This record gives sequence, C-alpha cells and structure tokens, in this order.
Amino acid sequence: MDEAPWIGTTLAAARPQALAALLRYFHDLDLAEEAFQEACLRALKTWPQKGPPRDAAAWLVFVGRNVAIDAVRRRAKQAPLPPEETFSDAEDAEAEIAERLDSSHYRDDVLRLLFICCHPELPATQQIALALRIVSGLSVGQIARAFLVGEAAMEQRITRAKARIAKAQLGEAGVPFEAPGAVERAERLGVVAAMIYLVFNEGYSAAGDTAAAREPLCEEAIRLARLLLRLFPAEPEIMGLAALMLLQHARAAARFDGEGTVILLDRQDRRLWNGPMIAEGLALLDKAIRHRRPGPYQVQAAIAALHARAARPEETDWAGIDALYATLEIMQPSPVVTLNRAVAVSKLRGPAAALAMVEPLGDRLSGYFHYHGLRGALLMQLGRPREARDDFMSAISLATTAAEAAHIRAQLDALKQEAAEAGHGA
Amino acid sequence: MLYTLLCYHQEDVVCAWTKEEDDAVMQKLAVVQERLAKAGKLGPVARLLPTTAATTLRKDRDPPLVLDGPFAETKEQLLGFYVLDCANLEEALDIARELGAANPGGSYEIRPIGLFHDGGARP
Repeated sequence: MDEAPWIGTTLAAARPQALAALLRYFHDLDLAEEAFQEACLRALKTWPQKGPPRDAAAWLVFVGRNVAIDAVRRRAKQAPLPPEETFSDAEDAEAEIAERLDSSHYRDDVLRLLFICCHPELPATQQIALALRIVSGLSVGQIARAFLVGEAAMEQRITRAKARIAKAQLGEAGVPFEAPGAVERAERLGVVAAMIYLVFNEGYSAAGDTAAAREPLCEEAIRLARLLLRLFPAEPEIMGLAALMLLQHARAAARFDGEGTVILLDRQDRRLWNGPMIAEGLALLDKAIRHRRPGPYQVQAAIAALHARAARPEETDWAGIDALYATLEIMQPSPVVTLNRAVAVSKLRGPAAALAMVEPLGDRLSGYFHYHGLRGALLMQLGRPREARDDFMSAISLATTAAEAAHIRAQLDALKQEAAEAGHGA
Repeated sequence: MLYTLLCYHQEDVVCAWTKEEDDAVMQKLAVVQERLAKAGKLGPVARLLPTTAATTLRKDRDPPLVLDGPFAETKEQLLGFYVLDCANLEEALDIARELGAANPGGSYEIRPIGLFHDGGARP
C-alpha cells in the first residue's frame, strides 16, 4: 500500500457507493462487506500495474459481485476456484455498471445503506458507530479512539449492532430493497440527516484532551453530508445540515485554549476561523434559502452564518439571531432553544429581559448546566451576586466536562473580584 | 501569451484527504508557485470549493433556469471564466443573468472560491 497511497484514498472514496450497490445485490450486509473487502484486495494487486479504472466504484461492484457469487457457489458445491481470467473482462462490463450506478437506483442504494444503520432499535451511539464502520469504513480502532473506549469493547458493540440489524432485516420491520417512494425517501433522508448530525455533535461536544481525538467525527459527518448532497442536490435541509456543520466546525481552531478550556464565541480569535469552510457553509445556505422551504437545519445554519459574518463580536446581528431563534421555537419548540434565544435577547434588550425569558424554564431545565450558567451570568450583570453564585455552584455540579467546570470557575473568580473591588470602593 | 491551467481531479478522493495530506500537497505547490511568481509568470490562482456548493444557470432558455449542483452536460466545452466579488449567491446569479442576456446559450456554473491569490503576471 505504501507504494501507491492513491489506491487507499480511491478505495475509501468509492466505499459508500460500492458497498451500497453490493448490498442491493446480496441483501446481506456481511456478504456485501466481504465482497467489497475481496474486491479491494484485487484492486491492490491489479491497479498498480494496470492503473486505476475509470470508475473505481463500478470496478469494485463488478469484481466484488463476481467474487461473492463464486464464494456462495463454492460453499454450495465445493466446486474448484474459477480462474483469474474470469475477472479480466471487468473493463468491458464496467461501462454498463457505471451507467446503472449513475441512475437514481444508486442514489437510493447509498441512502438505504445509511438508513439501515439508523435502525430505531439501536441506541444513538450504536447507530453512529455502525455508520462510521460500515459507510465511512473507519477501522474499529479509529472509532474506539473517538469514543474513548477500548478496541475490544467497540468491536463487540459493532458486532452486536450488526447482528441486531441483520435480524431486523429478516423480519417484517426490515428495510425493503426496492426503490422507495417519494414520501418514504423523504422520511429516510430525515432520519439519516439526524444521524449525521449526531455523528457531528459526538465530535463537536468534546473538549480538552479528547477534542483532537474526536475531531475526525466532525470531518466524517461533513463528508457524509456532502455525499448525500451529491446524491440529492436539490434538498434544502441537506444543504442546511451541511452548512450548519461547516460553519460550526470552521471555528474548531479557536474554540479551546492551550489547556483545553472552552473559549466562548465572543472571546474567540476570529482570525483562526477557517475561511474556506465558512465560504462553503455560506454558499450552501444561500442555495438552500432560494428553495423557500425552510427547516430547522437551515434556521440553525442561518444563526451560525450570522455569527460567521461578524468580523468582530460587536458587529453580530443579534436582532437577526433573535428572530431566527423565534422561528426555531415555532419549528422545534424546546426549552433549550428558548434558552439560546435568551442569550440574543440579553444582547439586544439587556439582562433583565433575558432573565424574564429564562425564569419560566426553571422547571424543565433545573438539571441543565447551561441553564444555570446563563442564569448566573445574567444575575451577575444585574448586580445580584449572591443569587448568581448559587447558580454558578449548581452549574459546576452539573458540568459534564472539565472545560465546562473551568469556565464556571472563571465566572466565580470574576464574581469574587467584583465583590473585592466593590468592597474597596466603599 | 497567457495560458490558463484547469485542474481536474476526483472530488471525493481529494475531499477524503486528511488535513495533513492536504497541507503537504499545498506546501509542495506553494514552492513551485513562489518560483513562478518571482519569475513574473504566475497569474491568479484559485482553489474551488466542492461541487456540492455549486449552482448552475442554464442560459439556453428565457428566462434562464437555476439548478442546484455543478454543470453536468458533456456536449458543451469550457470556454472561459470570470472571477466575481459578490455579497451572496443572489448577487452572483444577477450578474450571471446579465452576462447571459448579453450572450445567450450554454450555461454558467457558479462556484465559490476557497483560496485565491492574485499572482501578479499581466499580459
């Protein structure tokens, strides 16, 4: 592999398409994976001499299918292995397969492969692990590192998840192999988009030492979204999802300090933001908006875009952000959305107006770190340090990462400092 | 004589490069580019963002048709290009429509640019 690193990247890039088509032929994920592996081995043998085929995915599908059919026959009849020449006509038949791959058939293949990973019986983390293993082709070791678990544990988790979907495929709840109707296709896209965003958040929510290990998850999620977009180029919510992830991930280099502590948006060094990623996100959002079919991903991307467009925090269009959160509150009512809107309101109309918005959320968000963090900060701005302290103490006890706790400790220090200065003045 | 060099590659392969691989390629290219720039031979250099960010304006009909995605017809050939500074896609489309009215037929693919250097060479 060392002599020809391009083969590795070509195989990785062709994987989703090739595997998805093989799954349609065999209706069996294990057999499809086996066929793909075998085809890859043959590619490693023949491509360095013959050069890469015109369409790598089509080549892999053709060879993989033949190899697997032979394997099945051999198992059935114990017949002798067919000669290697059987595959030598691969180039001729390739064009025909490539044509079929280009058709809408193939688009539904990849969607089906992703959708099968999203089986509702599987917990979210297993859906993510499965998609990364099967669709992205990450190694078990890579996935284990990203999830901060041992390789053996991850292997077991993936094997169990696969067994579960294999069983589900046999039953009535199995995902059918014929092309889905328009409604079904739209539903599948929605489920798959949600799973891709889960993959992204699994990487994005990491902090400290683990942030670097989990960054590949964000990149994989963006790659999967681009893959979906190439297949479904006119879906505004998929554009919105890709834009949202690009605009958020563009801030990666500015989000943590040397110790892994979170740097909030208004304190980040915006020169560290990734310009091309922001440009791509903004372009995708512009495309999405033209369709005039708004959805939650597009609205969230539009919020991220308003942050990205502000060269300095003072230039942020908080009125626009407030209006977008108001839209999101209608589309996806949730106390967390209202909490986020309160941040914009605090910038627009001051801490008192924001606090009035936050107070009614107490019943539902009293166990939520960010609720206490924001409430504490608002009370601090309003000159109510004692109550602010109570909220910060609650927040610290609810912090799930060291970075979150460190951020609140800094707030508590600021509170102490303020009290000392006030005492000094008196 | 000014020449333009159009770069073709498999997008899903290039997008699958790790940041390290990408940086290594860009660094190697920068060495060559710097030498060319010093010799006064380098004009504008652009790296385009993925085709998923592209929009196509078909100007073979009136009014022109806006489609999501890159230009995909193989019957037409690449005959030229513009670099435009626009606030957003709408402005880029407006300019494309204006140009299209002056020269109907064919298509414009509107694709954002990720990296751009104004090389400095002039005819």
